[in-house]
Amino acid sequence: MTDAISSLGAVGRPVSIHTDDAAKARLKGRYRTETWFKWLGAAAVALAGLFLVLLLSTIVTQAIPALRQNYVTLPIDLSAAKVDPAKLDEVNYDAIAQEALTAKFPDVTSRQDKRLLRGLISTGTGVFLRKDIAADPGMLGGTVDYAVPLDDFADLYLKGLLADVGSDEAISTSVTPSQTSGDIDLTFGDDAMQALARGHGATEGENGMLTLTSGASSLLVAFNGGTVKLTALSPAANGTVIAKGTVIEALDSTAPAASGQAFLRVIETPEASRKISDKMIVWLDTLNSAGLIESRFNSIFFFTGASREPELAGVWGAVVGSFLTMIVTLAIAFPIGVSAAIYLEEFAPRNRLTTMIEVNINNLAAVPSIVFGLLGLAVFLNFFGMPRSAPVVGGMVLALMTLPIIIIASRASLRAVPPSIREAALGIGASKVQTVFHHVLPLAMPGIMTGTILGMAHALGETAPLLMIGMVAFIVDIPGGFTDPATILPVQIFMWADFPEAGFQQKTSAAILILLVFLVIMNAIAVILRRRFERRW
Amino acid sequence: MVGYLVVLLLVLAAAAYWIGRTRAIASVNGDVARLHSLPGQHGMFLALFAAGPALLAIVVWSLVTPGIESSIIADRFSSELSGMGVPQVEAFIRDARAMAFGGLVGFADPTKEAAAAVYKSIHTTSTWIIWAVALVLSASGFYWAYSRIAQAYRARHVVERILRAFLIACSVVAILTTIGIVLSLIFESLRFFQQVPFYKFLFGTHWSPQSAFTGAGAEAGAVNEDIFGMVPLFAGTLLITFIAMLVAAPIGLMAAIYLSDYASKSVRAVAKPVLEILAGIPTVVYGFFAALTVAPYFRGIGESLGLNVASESALAAGVVMGIMIIPFVSSLSDDVINAVPQSLRDGSAGLGATKSETIRKVVLPAALPGIVSAMLLAVSRAIGETMIVVMAAGLAANLTANPLEAVTTVTVQIVTLLVGDQEFDSAKTLAAFALGLVLFCITLSLNIVALRVVQKYREQYD
Repeated sequence: MTDAISSLGAVGRPVSIHTDDAAKARLKGRYRTETWFKWLGAAAVALAGLFLVLLLSTIVTQAIPALRQNYVTLPIDLSAAKVDPAKLDEVNYDAIAQEALTAKFPDVTSRQDKRLLRGLISTGTGVFLRKDIAADPGMLGGTVDYAVPLDDFADLYLKGLLADVGSDEAISTSVTPSQTSGDIDLTFGDDAMQALARGHGATEGENGMLTLTSGASSLLVAFNGGTVKLTALSPAANGTVIAKGTVIEALDSTAPAASGQAFLRVIETPEASRKISDKMIVWLDTLNSAGLIESRFNSIFFFTGASREPELAGVWGAVVGSFLTMIVTLAIAFPIGVSAAIYLEEFAPRNRLTTMIEVNINNLAAVPSIVFGLLGLAVFLNFFGMPRSAPVVGGMVLALMTLPIIIIASRASLRAVPPSIREAALGIGASKVQTVFHHVLPLAMPGIMTGTILGMAHALGETAPLLMIGMVAFIVDIPGGFTDPATILPVQIFMWADFPEAGFQQKTSAAILILLVFLVIMNAIAVILRRRFERRW
Repeated sequence: MVGYLVVLLLVLAAAAYWIGRTRAIASVNGDVARLHSLPGQHGMFLALFAAGPALLAIVVWSLVTPGIESSIIADRFSSELSGMGVPQVEAFIRDARAMAFGGLVGFADPTKEAAAAVYKSIHTTSTWIIWAVALVLSASGFYWAYSRIAQAYRARHVVERILRAFLIACSVVAILTTIGIVLSLIFESLRFFQQVPFYKFLFGTHWSPQSAFTGAGAEAGAVNEDIFGMVPLFAGTLLITFIAMLVAAPIGLMAAIYLSDYASKSVRAVAKPVLEILAGIPTVVYGFFAALTVAPYFRGIGESLGLNVASESALAAGVVMGIMIIPFVSSLSDDVINAVPQSLRDGSAGLGATKSETIRKVVLPAALPGIVSAMLLAVSRAIGETMIVVMAAGLAANLTANPLEAVTTVTVQIVTLLVGDQEFDSAKTLAAFALGLVLFCITLSLNIVALRVVQKYREQYD
């Protein structure tokens, strides 16, 4: 169309038939509408693409952190005094790991702080430790360096997802502490701190006193090998500022730190509105700077069952459940679907029964999936008394749902086989059944397989009907058979999306990513089948 | 145990095939041409009769026994179970079964252990019975069929007739499914309407089934009829569907027009897969996207404009549902637009119309019935969509037309009523089936109307 527009005003062309000015204006308007319309269409396509990119990028960016998990390496005392080799099952492995962690922070003494500190490592530590000791008894008898998974909040903080990490800035004045631990006074050489505190949400009190409540940003001063959290600032003589603070990590001495020796760290998110306290941040940073924390491939996520603890939750149980369900679906839907398609396409006489079957199939394809769930609940569970949450029931429900898709695809594929094939087979004396099964069906098979795989991909992503038959139960064990209680990947995603813990958001995205990978693989197989084997007649 | 039986029968079938074949060949002393049917057909005939009836018996057995076993247990322990409600009895039987056959047990007590022991013995007996029945059926079938194999025996006719019966049975599954859906929905809904009059359900404006009962425990009989009014759910469904269609209809239609009439080959090669991927993404993913990304985003925008947007606003759920439906609308419209014959376009172009004029004044009117039908199907899809609204829409039934507020839908309520512990005779759970019936009727009638629109108004050009 652009050619047409440009040629209008081209020099040397015959005089336009639109001689009248009004006609020219009309023509211009019409072309303008044309361009508009075209761009509107392009915008619609672009918008659809944008939505897809937005959706996928959100999922992928959220999923990536969940692929790795942070571990802290602790020297764990497994000597005979702690772990009796004869009674391995009675040992409190959690306590041993926690002791190893508290030993790293000797100046954490109060009970509350100790509990906070213990909370840095995962509650599943004991289970892992016991499993590893059972696998390798050589660990026993001494102190071993053992990597312990961090708790979800600690893990998220280290991934930079809970609070902005903030950066250390040198303080351009001297800092003098009054004590090395407890609640102390800090004397700053000038009043720059006050302006800073005001900028970070400190509450103004009497006599220029500034209080940093839990609603304000956290100001941490690191010097003399320790860290102090500021709680209040008040102006003093000679333009100095006296700050009250709580020591998080003990200082080496009360010697004043010269200008540039002390570092200020500002964590913008107020302590009250984040899930990790200043103390935990300081401890984690200490562990991190000591090189004890490492980020590993998150094998827990890929190879274990579900859990209420985000750092211990895995998708393997759901993947196995999905796999078992899909086997049942395929085993039921494929033979029945293909048989029905063969009958309707090759054998069925045109009578009321077949018309009714066809109308039924088309209607079933449009029935909301949740209605199939209601059917499964009322018929399979309540009427036949089949087990709840079992892959076999889920598979049957999904099979009924996939059936119309497979039948419709198979019929199309059978119809595409030219009649000459049938006539040739019949002509050399094959029976109708032989014609269909020896000649027509093999030729239609690639198309049928493509349709089946697409139907299965559809079933794999289906969630609603399985909620109805109890596959939403919280199941930790990896299902071992078709009647074991199980959950499936989409339902697992649904459940995790509902959990309030921040760590589950990444896990959910990662589980979605796994589901999408499976779907992409299935669709790719379908496309390859179509490209390689489908014949055009 | 029964697994072994099935394997044994399959082995038997394979053996019978071979035996039948050999016997057929032997009956004509190797001159296969004299047989009426091929040796393989004789083999198949024998195999079908040797294993078929037995396998059928096993299928029936495995469908029927769990119910019979449970009812025997409930019967034997009727004195212990007399004080319990239906869910407790179910839990009891479930636990007994789990203890007998392994599985997750709630908590054990002596009665349950006794029940489990009885369960086990009943199950052993029934397993023995099915073994005996299957073996007798198999042996007699084999004997009967074996004695039939002869030169003139028409094994092919028998085999093909059985095969055809199997094919017909498979096609009838579709009808059976529909019947199953209709019957189960109607049956459970009738039980619901015995407790709550249907006019209160259809026209009531108050929905809060969670507070359905006044009493507790065994006294919980009095059903408050006034809290099962489905109008707010229906209004919420329509609101979200409306928003979804507002997004999907223009974008989907314009995308279809662009792709069929304007786009170059390379654009189409990219855009078609994009739409297909969009169509292939599971709805639970859309739900997650709606709940965790879109809803907070809308809330943020609303806040910055000074509007109070609920965190589970109808807008977020509707927009994401619209995105989900775009490929559906566009692929259906694409088919319809492509079905308009080229001669119409050529004729319009020959009269001097621009492309957009051709589309707007010739192609779209010609395709209108198809497009209307596509939109109706999309609406039906949006109404039945579950996961997006379960994850992103609210739970409380608000009767409002404000898209910034939280509304709930029919499907959300079905899920909330049926997920978790259920008692199957309470009005609360049965209400879900009544909602399911309404949903089924609405989508079905939309589909039928869509079909009729096309049939009635389609113009034949070729």
